[in-house]
Amino acid sequence: MSNYKVLVSKLGLDGHDRGAKVVARALKDAGFDVIYTGIRQTPEQVVEAAIQEDVDVIGVSILSGAHIHHVSRLMKLLRERGLNVPVVVGGTIPIPDVPRLKQMGVREVFLPGSSLKEIINVVRRLAEEKRRAEQQA
Amino acid sequence: MVKLFNNESIEKIREALKKWEKETLPLSLQRFPERMERFTTLSNIEVKRIYTPADLADHDYFEKLGLPGEYPFTRGIHATMYRGRLWTMRMFSGYGGPEETNKRLKFLIKHGETGLSLAFDYPTLVGIDSDDPMASGEVGICGVAVDTLKDMEIIFDGINLGEVTTNMTINPPAPVLLSMYVAVAEKQGVPYDRVGGTTQNDPLKEFIAQKSYVFPPEPAVKIAMDVVEWSVKNLPKWNPISISGYHIREAGSDAVQELAFTLADGIAYVRHLVERGMDVDEFAPRLSFFFDSHINFFEEIAKFRAARRMWAKIMKEWFGAKKPRSWWLRFHTQTAGVSLTAQQPWNNIVRTTIEALAAVLGGTQSLHTNALDEPFRVPSELAAKIALRTQQIIAYETGVADTVDPLAGSYYVEWLTDEIEERAWRYIERIERMGGMIEAVKKGYPQREITETSYRFQREVEEGKRFIVGVNIFVDEVEDEIRNVPLLEIDQEEIEARQKERLRKIRESRNKAKVERALAELRRAAERGENIMPYVLTAVKAYATLGEIMGTLKEVYGEWVEPPLI
Amino acid sequence: MQSSKPREAYLNSLIERAVGGDRAALGKLLTVLERPSRDSGIVLRTLVKKSGRAHVVGVTGIPGSGKSTLISKLISVYRSWGLRVGVLAVDPTSPLSRGALMADRLRMQRHATDPNVFIRSIASKGFRGGLSLAALAMIEALDAAGYDKIIVETVGVGQAEVDIMHAAHTIVVVTMPGAGDDIQALKAGVMEIGDIYVVNKSDKPEADQLLEFINFALETGEIGSGEKWRPLVVKTSAIMGTGVEELAKVIEKHLEHLVRTGRFEEKVESRRLMLARLFALRIVEEKVEKIIEAHKREVSRILGESDDPYTVLEALIEKGLREL
Repeated sequence: MSNYKVLVSKLGLDGHDRGAKVVARALKDAGFDVIYTGIRQTPEQVVEAAIQEDVDVIGVSILSGAHIHHVSRLMKLLRERGLNVPVVVGGTIPIPDVPRLKQMGVREVFLPGSSLKEIINVVRRLAEEKRRAEQQA
Repeated sequence: MVKLFNNESIEKIREALKKWEKETLPLSLQRFPERMERFTTLSNIEVKRIYTPADLADHDYFEKLGLPGEYPFTRGIHATMYRGRLWTMRMFSGYGGPEETNKRLKFLIKHGETGLSLAFDYPTLVGIDSDDPMASGEVGICGVAVDTLKDMEIIFDGINLGEVTTNMTINPPAPVLLSMYVAVAEKQGVPYDRVGGTTQNDPLKEFIAQKSYVFPPEPAVKIAMDVVEWSVKNLPKWNPISISGYHIREAGSDAVQELAFTLADGIAYVRHLVERGMDVDEFAPRLSFFFDSHINFFEEIAKFRAARRMWAKIMKEWFGAKKPRSWWLRFHTQTAGVSLTAQQPWNNIVRTTIEALAAVLGGTQSLHTNALDEPFRVPSELAAKIALRTQQIIAYETGVADTVDPLAGSYYVEWLTDEIEERAWRYIERIERMGGMIEAVKKGYPQREITETSYRFQREVEEGKRFIVGVNIFVDEVEDEIRNVPLLEIDQEEIEARQKERLRKIRESRNKAKVERALAELRRAAERGENIMPYVLTAVKAYATLGEIMGTLKEVYGEWVEPPLI
Repeated sequence: MQSSKPREAYLNSLIERAVGGDRAALGKLLTVLERPSRDSGIVLRTLVKKSGRAHVVGVTGIPGSGKSTLISKLISVYRSWGLRVGVLAVDPTSPLSRGALMADRLRMQRHATDPNVFIRSIASKGFRGGLSLAALAMIEALDAAGYDKIIVETVGVGQAEVDIMHAAHTIVVVTMPGAGDDIQALKAGVMEIGDIYVVNKSDKPEADQLLEFINFALETGEIGSGEKWRPLVVKTSAIMGTGVEELAKVIEKHLEHLVRTGRFEEKVESRRLMLARLFALRIVEEKVEKIIEAHKREVSRILGESDDPYTVLEALIEKGLREL
């Protein structure tokens, strides 16, 4: 079986890419194929990249405070395109916003201080789930 | 040469040390084995068990330290330092629309603040208008939205620009925002020589770290230096550039890299201005710096001291500056946002205190202390107040500000200052060999160094080689309530709609021919390589938008997409 | 095999949807083609009936030469001509790491939302059956899906990448001033077989020197594709977008040459031959691996204990193949 494929992207205009890059590196070292789109991405760009690359998981990082706006658009687009790719979000997210994001369909939210091990485990589990669901379909 | 210790003393100390290692130490090691095999600073500098005069055997007092207010300024740029005047407690904050910002500024002024600080939202930071599709959802979030001169007029409505100074954290669009500020001053009848404040205007660190770049490196530096040149000639009280290591550090560099890359950026700017034909002593006193203060206490202090010494040497010896003021490294400090944790956020007060103390012991000119809730959001009022009080306690209660450079002469601090300087020079040398920072940035060299360092650090945390309380040691099973304090909600959609509406009205009502002419002239000036500032000022006064002006410049100068380096 | 029927139906629907413009289906189709299998064979069978029209442009050059930025600008030119563009970006990955980190896409992301542009990244390792087999199969898919230009980006190092470049109709070699600017660099691997040479970052002072260098090397025949085509040299500055339109026009010139001389179809045919060949090699390889796995202990002793290891191994494999 080929490696799990993850899209790592910076949604919105903020340039704080430290976390996204560290996570991308860690996922690579853990055996994932990682597509890194860089900064200043729109939800449309993220969805299109996920489609073209046929990824198993989408990971977006946002530190601008605009997470609710961008993520709700992202999730809406994914639904419209009938795409069943799990989404995880990382960044400076106020705690009360975590359930809001999950309600939108985000599978996991990683706050500052999340360990790489934890992120890798969650992403792997979500990728496995997705592949299994696809096999059955 | 004035050595700190004579050879005879050093010899005696060395002998004693040998004896100590043979007799005293082994017993102690047996009873109390050391906690770690290797102790290192955040820059991975190995820290020895003990420092003695032997570590400073060749230390020449005047070459390395001197007296405060004198070359090489290791002990501080002023003779009396904080005994004369405390550092400026400058707190950076703000979000919303121009109306909210105006209200907040007036509130601050009423409470005695005269040093204002403007934070801009992301669309403004990257030079696009509020009605640009990319701006959607970001208008007014991390700072105030500014599209046209009208917004600046609202922000400073009822505030006399001759009586306040304003710090603007703005980079690629600095010429536009400065022009707007100056245009408001003109309308108020404030003469240029009374307009005071700072533009960050440091494009190189955008490529290295902050990533709010717009133009490719060469034109980005050219445009920023237009601002410097124009300010030097027209605004005697303006600090046109704040050469920033803060963002480099926050992006994951270590202290040595922060220092080296920042000074290398400074070198690139000075070189550009000198090549432009400016006299180094004409502009050097106007350059200022901005550093991070991180949690590894002594390393930070050493970094600040080394920074002053190195810059003085660079300006005096490399660029031949003659005025002592040209040799000064004046700097603002902010405590390390990245050192704060979402877990047990109360602890962030303590971290910030220690970092602020390091900045003060390192001789900073001004200081911003972070609020404890910053891992989540823009600070709440209470959190921001605690942060300010932290500085006030350091200033008024602790006594650390009562003597100049109190840590001078500490064997460890002096050794570490030398060590950091030495390592930073090596980086600068490497960058110079590449052709300077502009070339290094295009190759992605500092970017790659930072990525490596931040990844290494994160792995060390994961592997338990570095400790963060609440994160990988002393972890709470159940997190404290404070994490659930609701956000101070701002109605982002309302602000965005309001900005768009105002923008629409301005686009409709302004003199279109005048705008087009101003933009065409700006384009021609840019193509000819002239200083763009006068043309930007004309365009701003005609109510050309930020996005239009930046768009015109993008057509001439191109746009930067970062090298795919991770 | 009963169970293969629904699978085949699914694959056929995938192809149908992909060819009909469903981008998600095309994305999945490319994943199927990443590794040789019965599935990918079935898919290819249908695809080649629909492909053969696209102009495949290989763009190669060392990392840092500005290929990705250049390709991004080239896409803009093609789009302004109304052409549909597919991109396969082979991202160099260390063979030592388990995973791959691909960031070439970063430079082209502005085209991501254009419904007439499709960009797919390929890690340069990790494909059972090899990188070239995967890339060649993906070319057929993008071709069948109606992309007029298929740009394949590689660093041009290693046999697999050389194979990929040979599968292109037009090879564009991107160079830049100051990157070991001597002929040795140009003579490494695919660098010497360009149909078109690009001096990128031509705003640098050493650009003209490099241009002269390449022209000299072309005249002396040290580099060049060796066909009845005198390679052309173009100066570009990808970041400013200058020279890119000219490059696109020069690529068209080469296309015209290929069509005129009948080389266009020949290249499609040789590309498919290579694809089938790689496919066959992979099948053999898999079988041989199975045989060796089954006779591990015996094989491990052959070198030390046999008088004629070659013949013994040959016999073992032949016997194994008969038994499989």
